[in-house]
Amino acid sequence: MNEAVIATRGLTRDFVRRTRSGRLLRDRTVVRAVDELTVTISAGESVGYIGANGAGKSTTIKMLVGILVPTAGEVRTCGLDPLRQRRQLAHEVGVVFGQRSQLWWDLPVRESFSILAAIHRLARARAREREAELVEHLEMADYLDTPGRQLSLGQRMRAEVAAALLHTPRLVILDEPTIGLDVLSKQRLRDFLLAERRVHGTTLLLTTHDMGDIERLCDRVLVVDHGRLAYQGSLDGLARTVGAERVLTVDLAEPVADLTDVPRTRHLGSEGNGIRQRLAFDAEATTAGSVLAEVGRRAEIRDLTIEEPDIEDVVRRIYQSQR
Amino acid sequence: MAESLAPALDQGAGMPPTRLAAYRAVLSSRIRAQRSYRANFYTDLAGSFLIGFIELAEVWILFHNVHALGGLTFRNILLVFGIADLAFSVAQMVFGHVDRMPTFLRAGTLDVFYLRPQPVLLQVITSEIGLRRLARALVGLGSLAVGLSLNQIHWSWANAVLLLVTILSATAVHSAMLVWAGGVQFFLVNGAEMTNAFVYGGRYAATQVASVWSAPLKVLFGFVFPMAVTAYVPALHLLGLPGPAWLPTWLAWWTPVFALWMWGLALFTWRQGIRHYQGGGG
Repeated sequence: MNEAVIATRGLTRDFVRRTRSGRLLRDRTVVRAVDELTVTISAGESVGYIGANGAGKSTTIKMLVGILVPTAGEVRTCGLDPLRQRRQLAHEVGVVFGQRSQLWWDLPVRESFSILAAIHRLARARAREREAELVEHLEMADYLDTPGRQLSLGQRMRAEVAAALLHTPRLVILDEPTIGLDVLSKQRLRDFLLAERRVHGTTLLLTTHDMGDIERLCDRVLVVDHGRLAYQGSLDGLARTVGAERVLTVDLAEPVADLTDVPRTRHLGSEGNGIRQRLAFDAEATTAGSVLAEVGRRAEIRDLTIEEPDIEDVVRRIYQSQR
Repeated sequence: MAESLAPALDQGAGMPPTRLAAYRAVLSSRIRAQRSYRANFYTDLAGSFLIGFIELAEVWILFHNVHALGGLTFRNILLVFGIADLAFSVAQMVFGHVDRMPTFLRAGTLDVFYLRPQPVLLQVITSEIGLRRLARALVGLGSLAVGLSLNQIHWSWANAVLLLVTILSATAVHSAMLVWAGGVQFFLVNGAEMTNAFVYGGRYAATQVASVWSAPLKVLFGFVFPMAVTAYVPALHLLGLPGPAWLPTWLAWWTPVFALWMWGLALFTWRQGIRHYQGGGG
């Protein structure tokens, strides 16, 4: 059952950049966008693919779906060769590029959907049923008759997702799906993707800069840096690998001196003469419970919050440790 | 195939649409879109007609000043112009938007075509249809009709077939030129200037008297991009006139072969281009 939906081995892509030097001569520089990437993603998984701009995320995606020819290495998507079997693969994969549109700008959204249904050769009844499902879950009913060019960003993004998922693909790849969306639209889109996965067992691969996307949607992350895989595993594991700290904030009953002597913690600061104090600790070295117990011995705790490590910070640390 | 014999069946709820349904859906939406902006469409039609008319007027002015050029009179050249412009306009109507490739490439629109289960080239071709070019085809057709009636042509079955084959092959050659030019765009940044010289220069060459060309020009537009054989040589054949050096009139029967050559070149270039594609950034 756990077949690989995406399998790459040593996947590499170079770009040749030519820059003018002198009157006739041109310099030829090879830029390696993806460097010997070896990953496997199983059916039903949801994987976040993260990295800085220009780290090679889009290039990887384009090789997975047969847009770009790899310079070296192997790639199989849904068990198919994306180059030789691109058209067959198109029936299995749905791709949302945040910056590209699948919709016809001068046609009502509804018409774009019927064209796409014809393109994927969906039977009338099947297409109608699926369209109704998507319209309901993505709350698109009130703008189905609006031409593509008049949609707001949030509306367009939902319509793009529906367009890519109309043929119920086994694998859905989303490139920056929530970019520029407000909190509510993001939430709606994430809820939809979760439901889609639950109902259809869809495999998800998404690139994003939004760590909320990763936290809500993904059970595994791949971190890519300069075309190389810098980390793969769970999100917690990522935080652990780079030793990100959790932060405990305590509100105390009365002002006390700075709590600099709590074992295995670092005092970050105090407010209101020491009524509120912030302590950082490594989840590997100690537990929230024992830190609290230590603090409780020194003063009466009235309230507390624990902040999880900031994922963007974690990723930044990965980059730094690789240099 | 059964599916094409029973177009009504694919409207049924349970049957998957045919392979052609995808193209039909896109094209009919394009036609509807063009018709929904009526004023715009009529202006486009008029503009297209005017362009065709000016091209014809240019030929007329040339012949107004000389009685004959390279052995052909104005009546004769109407036949050449008619075949060439009719073929070119029809090719433009069906394949013309392939010359939007530079935009498709720069904006990454092409990526979307790669994500659909049809050949990319067929999607590019059927992504639009230039109905306004009908007006220009009409100028070509008119010119051809007048040319056929004003000239002394010995009408045999062979000549009638030749005319038909010529028009079809000439359309195929001009279409292939557009596809070839589209394929070249994958390799060049802003390469449209260069390919336009051949596509539109080729159209111009096709309407001209090839006997006055220099040898290199005869090679280029006689054989490499076979323009002379799409209209000039067959017209000579129909008129019973001798061909100039390098372009004997028996070549008139070879237009389908030249069309095959041009399509071979076009598809090869396109295929290389698809492989070479670097992605539209982002």
